[in-house]
Amino acid sequence: MSHDTYGGGVRSWMTTVDHKRIGIMYFVSAIVFFFVGGLEALLIRLQLGSPENTLISADLYNQLFTMHGTTMVFLAVMPLSSAFFNFLIPLQIGARDVAFPRLNAFSFWIFLFGGLFLNSSFLFGGAPDAGWFGYANLTSTQYSPGIRVDYWVLGLQLLGISSIASALNFIVTIINLRAPGMRFMRMPPFTWMTLLTSFLLILAFPAITVGLVMLMFDRTFGTNFFNPAAGGDVLLWQHLFWIFGHPEVYILILPAFGVISEVIPTFSRKTLFGYPFIIYSGVLIAFLGFGVWAHHMFAVGLGPIANSVFSAGTMLIAIPTGVKIFNWIATMWGGRLRMDTPLYFAIGFIAMFIIGGLSGIMHASPPTDLQQTDTYFIVAHFHYVLFGGTVFALFAGMYYWIPKVTGRLLHEGLGKLHFWLMFVSFNLTFFPMHFLGMNGMPRRTFTYLPGLGFDLMNLVSTAGSLLLGASMLVFVWNLVRSFRRGSPAGRNPWNAATLEWSLPSPPPHYNFRTIPEVGGRDPLWRPGGAEVDPEDPTAPEPVMPSPSGWPMLLALGPVIAATGALLSSLLVVFVGVAVVVVSVYGWAFQPLER
Amino acid sequence: MTSHSVDAGASRYEPTTFKVKDKKLGMWIFLASEVMFFTGLIGSYIILRWGAATPWPVPGEVLNVPITAGNTFLLICSSVTMVKAFAAIEDGNQKMLKVWLLATAIIGACFVGVQAYEYTELVHHGFLPSSGLYGSTFFTMTGFHGFHVTVGVLCLLWVAIKAFRGGYTQADHQGVEIIGLYWHFVDLVWIILFTIVYLI
Ligand code: HEM
Ligand SMILES: [Cu+2]
Repeated sequence: MSHDTYGGGVRSWMTTVDHKRIGIMYFVSAIVFFFVGGLEALLIRLQLGSPENTLISADLYNQLFTMHGTTMVFLAVMPLSSAFFNFLIPLQIGARDVAFPRLNAFSFWIFLFGGLFLNSSFLFGGAPDAGWFGYANLTSTQYSPGIRVDYWVLGLQLLGISSIASALNFIVTIINLRAPGMRFMRMPPFTWMTLLTSFLLILAFPAITVGLVMLMFDRTFGTNFFNPAAGGDVLLWQHLFWIFGHPEVYILILPAFGVISEVIPTFSRKTLFGYPFIIYSGVLIAFLGFGVWAHHMFAVGLGPIANSVFSAGTMLIAIPTGVKIFNWIATMWGGRLRMDTPLYFAIGFIAMFIIGGLSGIMHASPPTDLQQTDTYFIVAHFHYVLFGGTVFALFAGMYYWIPKVTGRLLHEGLGKLHFWLMFVSFNLTFFPMHFLGMNGMPRRTFTYLPGLGFDLMNLVSTAGSLLLGASMLVFVWNLVRSFRRGSPAGRNPWNAATLEWSLPSPPPHYNFRTIPEVGGRDPLWRPGGAEVDPEDPTAPEPVMPSPSGWPMLLALGPVIAATGALLSSLLVVFVGVAVVVVSVYGWAFQPLER
Repeated sequence: MTSHSVDAGASRYEPTTFKVKDKKLGMWIFLASEVMFFTGLIGSYIILRWGAATPWPVPGEVLNVPITAGNTFLLICSSVTMVKAFAAIEDGNQKMLKVWLLATAIIGACFVGVQAYEYTELVHHGFLPSSGLYGSTFFTMTGFHGFHVTVGVLCLLWVAIKAFRGGYTQADHQGVEIIGLYWHFVDLVWIILFTIVYLI
């Protein structure tokens, strides 16, 4: 690996403000959390493998499904998307870094500390156990005494800071740092989806923050927001959570759409079919996504009018989503398909996502949903969209871009083995859950009686999940193997069209020596598309922002304060606040380039 | 601007960057997020208050409206001084920049001080965050606003320090403009909060 790009000791990683290194740190942390969440899932499946199993207690089971959901959403999939944003966006738009490099480092550190904080709960009295959407008033001190739910409330707030800071950074980066000629409608689709995702984060996260703050005050200062005995409103929590929660599912899927819209054209040797339709339907999805949250609340009795409106809105979203799917298929249609691993995962994505979308349409209808809500049918739905959708797409992206990151190719044979194992075992694990749900098996129960017709499907599902776990080991092995003896990737192993492929792999720390000029979409496929040789040796080496320790220190402050809140120690909270104030001033008076 | 931004003037393509500079754009986006945050708080208040089964205390029954009205006036004045600070540096007047910045910070600090006094008085009379929904919403909303003012004062102090070191010029004084945006936003939120919490 190039010494220039990734060289230096641990200290250089702790103080780095280089978007590529930050991207790699996001990647490694997210993969580790993905494995933690996966392990929790395997324990859940082992417990459910047979009726009246006693492997795991009801109490531990509650912690496991809560932490599994929270980890997968906030610590695995979102940061994995962030890893892609970080590494790729400046490269794709022809910039040398993000708009605020130190803020970028801060976003990473507070995400990592927040994730560790949340998981440390396992060591100190038990993990959060009220579900990933923490419905009131299960989360009240009356029904959840102790500090488990406090871990959740504080941890999510820390992660929220990370998301907002990084979303802000990417919006400004994409709007302001594009290379000359890179108009909005020439931006790569992945950059577009990053922009939309960032807007969703900026606008949706505050809703859950409000809910979390109220919950925190209910638990620590005795306020009554979610306390019905004092006039509080438990449904208010559900509204606040899902006003965030539904846009959140688009925060999880839009980056995946972006990845697919890059992979499919590259491996079809054809420019993306209907680029404007892909972009505008993305915008429409992001917009409509704010108006459908109550489809998660059909069963609470909002009344027929509200239910109808939210049902219609939900069905409407299927239209732009369908448009995208047709565009991807039309891109492949008549293309010269190059059947490499990324394309396998991309096609797998389309197939699995369609299944998840169809079950989504089913419970978009309130009467149907009343049968399905809180059953395994819902679990099947969201795993088809999240795992079959987002995770498959992110794997397509990893096989596609990791050669750019490391400079080495992954092994094709192992990649395809990974794909087939994952594809088969994913379906083995989750397809039976449709039947389980239809037959009435409720979600979030730690066991079931024999003879209810649940036994066989659960066994199949558990067997599938073990295979699914094993398929991930193939991927890790492929990664390790590629670091050690993968063949060199060269600049553009896939003959792709976007600017990142014009650079050496890995790119030099300043990315572009001279900023490219962009004459159209798919610049590298145009004659003379990237017009300035990015490595013009006569150009001076660009001056880049200097490393800084303040972002990491600043990220430590809120975590210390959160620990103080957990321990009910005002002193520790003050220490955290002091760390924040000192590091903000230290940061502000430290010049960006030294 | 930093090294990684592009000198688009040298290109034969039209510039792609916005006219709004990075940091100012960042502040606008941050404020968009803040708008959503306060919308969530105020929306929840509306739901809780107008859905409440028991009657809500009338204005003045619990809260001391005249004092807070005075405090509101103070905060509005600080918006004026903020505008003055910005106008001063636009004219290249370093001295008045410092004066108006400090004035804004001091008035902001006074606002927080009066709020702290108000809180202690209320707590003295047994009105706490746990006093029904009224106490919950009152302390949460005004508390969050007070927190924002406090952060604003700290930022103003930083801008003031920079001003005393001669960090702003007539041509380049983005920091003053950006803290101004934040400060006016916080003011605006207060006017809404004052109206719905104290007056209606
Ligand atoms: C055609 C598009 C989609 C439709 C019509 C749809 C519809 C729905 C509906 C109505 C529910 C509520 C079911 C219930 O709780 O009773 C639901 C749940 C869910 N959906 Fe979707 N959905 C769609 C796409 C997606 C996507 C793209 C994702 C994420 C990538 C997603 C993730 C989820 C999750 C996580 C839940 C469950 C939340 C929970 O209860 O824990 N959905 N979906
Ligand atoms: Cu939804």
